[in-house]
Amino acid sequence: MYAFISPWVIGFTVFALFPILASLYYSFTDYDIIHSPKWVGLGNYREMFADDLYWNSVMVTLKYTFISVPLQLLLAMGFALLLNQKLPFKGFFRTAMYFPSMVSGVAMSLLWYWVFNPQIGLFNYMLSWFGVKGPAWLMDPNTALYSLIIMSFWGVGGAMIIFLAGLQGVPTSLLEAARLDGAGKLSIFWHVTLPMISPVLLFQLILGVIESFQVFTQAFVMTHGGPSYSTWFYVYGLYTSAFKEYRAGYSSAMAWVLLIVVLIVTYIIMKLSNRYVYYEGGKSR
Amino acid sequence: MITSNRMQESGVWTAARSRRKLDMTRIISFILLIMITLLMLMPLIFMVTTSFKSQRETMQYPPTLFPDSLQFSNYMDIFSRLQFGTMYQNSLMIAVITVLATLLSSSLVAYGFARFRGKGRNLMFMLLLSTMMLPYPAIMIPQFVLFSKLGWVDTFLPLIVPAFFGSAYNIFLLRQFFANLPEELFDAGRMDGCTEIGMYWKIALPLSGAAMATIAIFSFIYSWNDLLTPVLYLNSADKFTLPVGMASLTSSKFRVAPWHLLMVASVLALLPIVVLFILAQKRFVEGIVLTGIK
Repeated sequence: MYAFISPWVIGFTVFALFPILASLYYSFTDYDIIHSPKWVGLGNYREMFADDLYWNSVMVTLKYTFISVPLQLLLAMGFALLLNQKLPFKGFFRTAMYFPSMVSGVAMSLLWYWVFNPQIGLFNYMLSWFGVKGPAWLMDPNTALYSLIIMSFWGVGGAMIIFLAGLQGVPTSLLEAARLDGAGKLSIFWHVTLPMISPVLLFQLILGVIESFQVFTQAFVMTHGGPSYSTWFYVYGLYTSAFKEYRAGYSSAMAWVLLIVVLIVTYIIMKLSNRYVYYEGGKSR
Repeated sequence: MITSNRMQESGVWTAARSRRKLDMTRIISFILLIMITLLMLMPLIFMVTTSFKSQRETMQYPPTLFPDSLQFSNYMDIFSRLQFGTMYQNSLMIAVITVLATLLSSSLVAYGFARFRGKGRNLMFMLLLSTMMLPYPAIMIPQFVLFSKLGWVDTFLPLIVPAFFGSAYNIFLLRQFFANLPEELFDAGRMDGCTEIGMYWKIALPLSGAAMATIAIFSFIYSWNDLLTPVLYLNSADKFTLPVGMASLTSSKFRVAPWHLLMVASVLALLPIVVLFILAQKRFVEGIVLTGIK
C-alpha cells in the first residue's frame, strides 16, 4: 500500500504541507523572493489590516461572491429543472448550455471584453433595440463589478449539469407518491425534490464560494483591477503585491488570511448542512 | 357549483386537466429554453463570425452578425504575427504530458487507498480530501520559491511535474471506483499468482475506462485553460502557453485591439475542447454525473 500511495505522500509534503508552513513563516517576514526573508513579526498583518486597498479587495471579493454565487446556483437549478422534463431536443439544449462553461477563462474574458464594449459591443447594441442606452460597463467603476457578475452567469452550465444529475437521481417512486397524495408541483419541489438534491446544492455552494474567493483571470485580462480599483479582487491584489511589487511576505499574510477564511466558511457551511441537508438513508459523506 | 365540484372529483376530469396544464408548462419551458440557449450561444456565434471579419468591419456599429466577406486570411495572419503556432504547441505538449502523468499517478494512489488497510490510511485519506479545499493562491508563493531555487522558472517543469504526484479530486474519484470492483476479481487474480502491481495493471485499470476517460478530459481542459500558473513561471514569449499569449494580446502592444485576431485565437483555443467534446460527448456527461466536478 505504501508504495502505491507514496507519490501522493511525497506530493502532499512537497506541494501542499511544506508550502503552507513556508507561507506561514514568510507571512511574518519581509521577503522579496531574491534576498533571504527578514523577520518582522506581525508587521505584515498590521500593515494589511490598516490598508484601505486591502479592505477594498476584501469588499470587492465579498460583494462578487454574495451576489454572483447565489444567483448562479439559482440559475443553474432553474435551467436544470427546465431541462429535467420530457422535451424535444433536450440533448441539444443541454450541450448548448453546458458548452460556454468549458471556454477558457482567457478566451471568455477576451470575448466578453468585446461584448461589454460601450461603443461597438453586442450588449449595448442589443439594449438599443429596446431604446435603452447602455452604461459603459467595464469602463465605469459603478458597473464594472456587475459586468463581471453578469459574465459569470455564462458559466453556469457546469453547475447545471450536476444539478441535472442530482434531479435525475431523485426516485420517481417518491415523486409519484407525493403526486398521489395530491401535492402540487411547487409543494413537490419544496418537500421532495429540494431535500433530495440538497447535498448537491451544498457541494455546489461550497465550491462556488471557494472559487469566487479566487477570481483572478477576469481582473488580469479584462480590467487590471480597475477602473478605480472597483474590480481589485483579493487574489489579484495578492498576485500583484507578490509578483509585481516583490512583497512576497505581505502576500503570504494575505494568503494565510484567505486560507483561514476558506476553512471557516467551509466549516460553517458544513455545520449548517447538518441541519438542512438531507442524506438518503442517513448516510453521511 | 355542485356539478363542477363533482366533475373535478371525477378522475377523468382531473387527469385531462392536469395533462393540459402539463402541456402548457412544457410549451413555456420549451420557449424559455430556446431563449436561454440563444442568449448563451450568442457570444459564441459572434466569436466565430467575428473571426472571419476584416479589422475595419469589427469596428463598425451596429455590429454585423455575418461578415461582408469571409477573411480566411485571418487564420493565417495569427500564425505569422503572434508566434501563435509555438504557443499552441506548448499548450498541447504540456496538456498531453499532464494528462498522462495524472492518469498514471492518480490511479496508482487511488488503487493504494482502495485496496489496502494499512496504518494511518484513514488519516491520510482525510488529509487528501482536505487538500481539495486548499486554495492555490495560499501555496503559490512558496511553490514559486521552491521552483525558482531549482532553476525551473521559465521552463515547463513547474506546470508538468506536480501532475506526477496525483491530484486529490482524481484520486478520490478513482478510489470510489476501485473500491466498488468485486473482490472476487482480485481473489482470482491472486490465485493466478498475480502481484499487486499486476492486479492494478491487468484488472483494475482495464475496468476503469469510463472513469479514466473522464479524468483525462477534465485534466486536459484544466491544463489547457489554466492561466495563473503559467503566468507565474513563463517569461519568454516562445515559452508562452495559449492563455498567457492571448492575455498578452490585450496589453498595450496594440493601440486598437485587433478584435478579429483575438476572436481567431479564441476560436482556435476552443477547438481541441470542441473535438474532445464531440469525441466523448456521452462519456463526458456520464463523467460529470459520476464525479460531480466541472
